[in-house]
Amino acid sequence: MNDFDYTIVEEAAKQLYIRSLCDLPPDVRDALKNAYARETKPTARSVYEAIFKTIEIADRDHTLICQDTGLPIFKVKIGCGYAWNGYQIKNRLVEGTRRATQEFPFRGSSTHPLLRVNPQTSVGPGLPVFYWDFSEGEDLDILMAPKGSGSENVSKMQMFTPGDGVKALKKIVLDTVVGGGGNPCPPGIIGVGFGGTADLVARLAKDAILRPVGQRNPDPEIAAIEVELEDAINASGVGAMGLGGDVTTLGVHIETAYTHITQNPVAVNTQCWPARRARAIIHPGGGVEYGY
Amino acid sequence: MAEFHLQSPFSEEDVRQLHAGDIVRFDGVLFGIRDLTQIYMFDQNHEPPVSLAGYPCIHTAPSLRRNGDKWEKICVGTTTSTRMDRFTPELIARYGVRAIIGKAGLYQKSLDAMQQYGAVYLAIVGGSAALETLQIEEVEAVYWEHLHPEALYQFRVRNFGPLTVAMDCHGRHLYDEVREEAARRLPEIYKKLGV
Repeated sequence: MNDFDYTIVEEAAKQLYIRSLCDLPPDVRDALKNAYARETKPTARSVYEAIFKTIEIADRDHTLICQDTGLPIFKVKIGCGYAWNGYQIKNRLVEGTRRATQEFPFRGSSTHPLLRVNPQTSVGPGLPVFYWDFSEGEDLDILMAPKGSGSENVSKMQMFTPGDGVKALKKIVLDTVVGGGGNPCPPGIIGVGFGGTADLVARLAKDAILRPVGQRNPDPEIAAIEVELEDAINASGVGAMGLGGDVTTLGVHIETAYTHITQNPVAVNTQCWPARRARAIIHPGGGVEYGY
Repeated sequence: MAEFHLQSPFSEEDVRQLHAGDIVRFDGVLFGIRDLTQIYMFDQNHEPPVSLAGYPCIHTAPSLRRNGDKWEKICVGTTTSTRMDRFTPELIARYGVRAIIGKAGLYQKSLDAMQQYGAVYLAIVGGSAALETLQIEEVEAVYWEHLHPEALYQFRVRNFGPLTVAMDCHGRHLYDEVREEAARRLPEIYKKLGV
């Protein structure tokens, strides 16, 4: 071990939660502008105009874009070229999340599943959600995403059979988005998990919405399905906020994993137009770089 | 698509002139309500301490801060309306509410009440709390404080919107029309996808 000051990680976690709620990533802003440029329906165009004003106010006043502060998700990549203390990292991320909620302050959205008691901390058993990974470098790479509920509530997972093939994926993605109508605050990112196990496929779908908008899956065959599904979803005419329009999704992102020979799992994770995320790269020397 | 600027409270004529797809902005008083507010009103039989007649009600659980006797806004956004559908016909029939503001719409019985008594559903842009909060000038009163953040809120707003008329007094329901149109298009889209 070493003498790294882990209050840096705690402060970064606090900043990440606040930044993600106030500052929409540039790729999401660009995707919304492109959607507006393509949109021909007047009602949908007025939705985009309100969206752009909202983003502008949040930038100017350093205020929350949406009141739904979501459930906090951290995707952490630990550089194995430095002796990071994983236990410290986890505890500091929890504490930073709690401090962000109580010191900003904003509404904590986490609650006990049975008693429905909200501690107003955004943390609790199982929260934040953590995804851990490792890299060869030295840095600690932390991606934070607050996931809103209007969109999360529309998400789906199903274990299909190998005989159902990729057709099952295409149908469930399209049906989920069209069935969701205005509830998930479209146009957002549609994350799709394909393969793995019942739990892994849901995680893949969540991972997919964390990619910058329009960044294609590196496998050209999977990327082709992403494009095909974007066209199909937009052809449905659901439009911005489900009020009708030419653009219903900013992008379809598919993440895959190998699966069992007898399985064909698919998960869909829907993301709203405020597709919020923030990133911090922490160097062993204590420096922190913020991004998306 | 026509654009309207209204003053709250609304008259029956104000809302009967609106048609699905029109854009509305307004000034004046706006009441905030949510699931618990309406459970308290309708399931537990508590009469609102203030008249709602003619006013618009928005589906919200606002973040507010108390400063002495005053309540100050932190962040006010809009939640999904469909959960609160069952209360809406009575809210319109018994209390004379002229507009429901929310996202994702309501169902047939609410639409019927709107047609019968003269009320509309105005769709706000979900996720745009920053804009909404700015357009709220003041939290004038919080009734049933023990229910906060699902109490009964009286806001004063200026140029509140843009709001899309999604359900009107003439039986039109924009969300249903969009859903029906999507259902009509789906077979062709499935065919193209080969599913």
